[in-house]
Amino acid sequence: MSPRVRVNPIACEAHGMCAELLPERISLDEWGYPIVDSEPLTPAVLDHARRAAQACPTFALLLTRDRD
Amino acid sequence: MSEETLMIDPPVESAPAQAPGALPRLLAGILPDGAMSLDEHFAVHGQAPVPARRRERRSESPLIERIERAGLRGHGGAGFPTATKLRAVAASRKRAIVVVNAAEGEPASLKDRTLMQTLPHLVLDGAQLAAQAVGADELIVCVCETARASVEASAHAISERLGMPLDSARMRLTAVPGNYVAGQEAALVNCLNGGPAIPTFTPPMVFEQGVRRRPTLVANAETLAHVALIARHGPEWFRQLGTASQPGSALVTLSGALAHPGVYEIEHGASLQSLIDAAGGMLANPRALLVGGYGGSWIGGEFLRGVALSDEHLAPHGASLGAGVVLLLSQDACPVAETARATRWMAEQSAGQCGPCVNGLDSIAAAVQEIAEGHAQRNATQRIERLAALVHRRGACGHPDGTARFVTSALNAFALEFADHARRGHCEGCARPGELPLPVHRPAGAPAHEPTLPR
Repeated sequence: MSPRVRVNPIACEAHGMCAELLPERISLDEWGYPIVDSEPLTPAVLDHARRAAQACPTFALLLTRDRD
Repeated sequence: MSEETLMIDPPVESAPAQAPGALPRLLAGILPDGAMSLDEHFAVHGQAPVPARRRERRSESPLIERIERAGLRGHGGAGFPTATKLRAVAASRKRAIVVVNAAEGEPASLKDRTLMQTLPHLVLDGAQLAAQAVGADELIVCVCETARASVEASAHAISERLGMPLDSARMRLTAVPGNYVAGQEAALVNCLNGGPAIPTFTPPMVFEQGVRRRPTLVANAETLAHVALIARHGPEWFRQLGTASQPGSALVTLSGALAHPGVYEIEHGASLQSLIDAAGGMLANPRALLVGGYGGSWIGGEFLRGVALSDEHLAPHGASLGAGVVLLLSQDACPVAETARATRWMAEQSAGQCGPCVNGLDSIAAAVQEIAEGHAQRNATQRIERLAALVHRRGACGHPDGTARFVTSALNAFALEFADHARRGHCEGCARPGELPLPVHRPAGAPAHEPTLPR
């Protein structure tokens, strides 16, 4: 199963890096907090998602796999 | 993993004569005031079923299966199947902890504190039985610190049970802060671990890693009281009341202009009218019904005649019974002003951790207030609806979702009143004292949070 993007809303401080690095899945609300499309990541955006997660200054962007 | 289990057949002679399945169940034998003592409790309900050695070490407690067949769901608000929760905790190899949740931060709900104040042993019975079923040797009873009588009755009840052979888990009592989100299970666990009573990011879920990193069952006080009765009488008995999809009975906190507002036990699916009759009738015609509290839904007065109190009957109105708040707003009250006050209070009850909740609820509360005062911008209601959708599922807990549901249901139920206020501002009812109960002072443990803007 492909991973999905998830935000830890407690850790998130609205730096907005994720929306710049992964605009395919993340937009920002009027206060700068990410609105995430949590559909499984396609191979085309997976690398961008990893980079966005690494770039988050508060490590609030997570790539999660479903647990069965 | 516990080696204790339950005998399937409790001693019949210990159960008092009673019409099968009839009400009252939880509230049977309740005293006019004060708590039921341990002896009185056993006289009314009989002894709890005697634990017997489990044959196979790894087999599941039969109680879990009985609770599953009974169809019991949690009475704390979310309505999660209790057996599923028990099973998740029991599945862990580590020794578990059971937390009795009587934090009850919802200002319109009094049923859990009433239960702890009047019938603590029914809850403690259920908690001990649940502890045996999940293999817990420790039980923490959490009662809202503002409910002094409930805290005292719980402490006394625990002391009465010292040395009781059937109680396998040692018990202790903790008075927890009264802020709205304190009863959310991760918040409660956070509090018991020495942190503030505010939610944490999950995973780990509390059934995996809760109090002191041990698997933790957090169960609502009323839910455990039902467990105590299911263990005694079985799933078939439990299903003699209620609906097929929501069996059994429920405690509700009924408030409004009634002869006798208070905590009542109803059968799921009972009509609102029968509850009103049980409370001695209305003193004035109600304008609307709030069901489920400040995270719940308004239902307009025109529907009240047909309302039945079960989730399937309430679903067409976009409502659910939740933790059993049933509040009737009077004709004289202004529903817009009432909604504005409660929404502001809910925004203040944000733990201040998640951006969408802090900023979104503040913006929603401000927009509702502007409409109430008649100086809203055009399309203010559409803005509220958009903000409500925007905060949905974007917090670490369900606080923004509940507040959004409350406000959008108000826009639906009071569309005319909102339109009227947007045009003309305050009405006669606005000046009246609020009918929705709101704590005057922000409780300790819930600091004020200014909305933060991103840097």
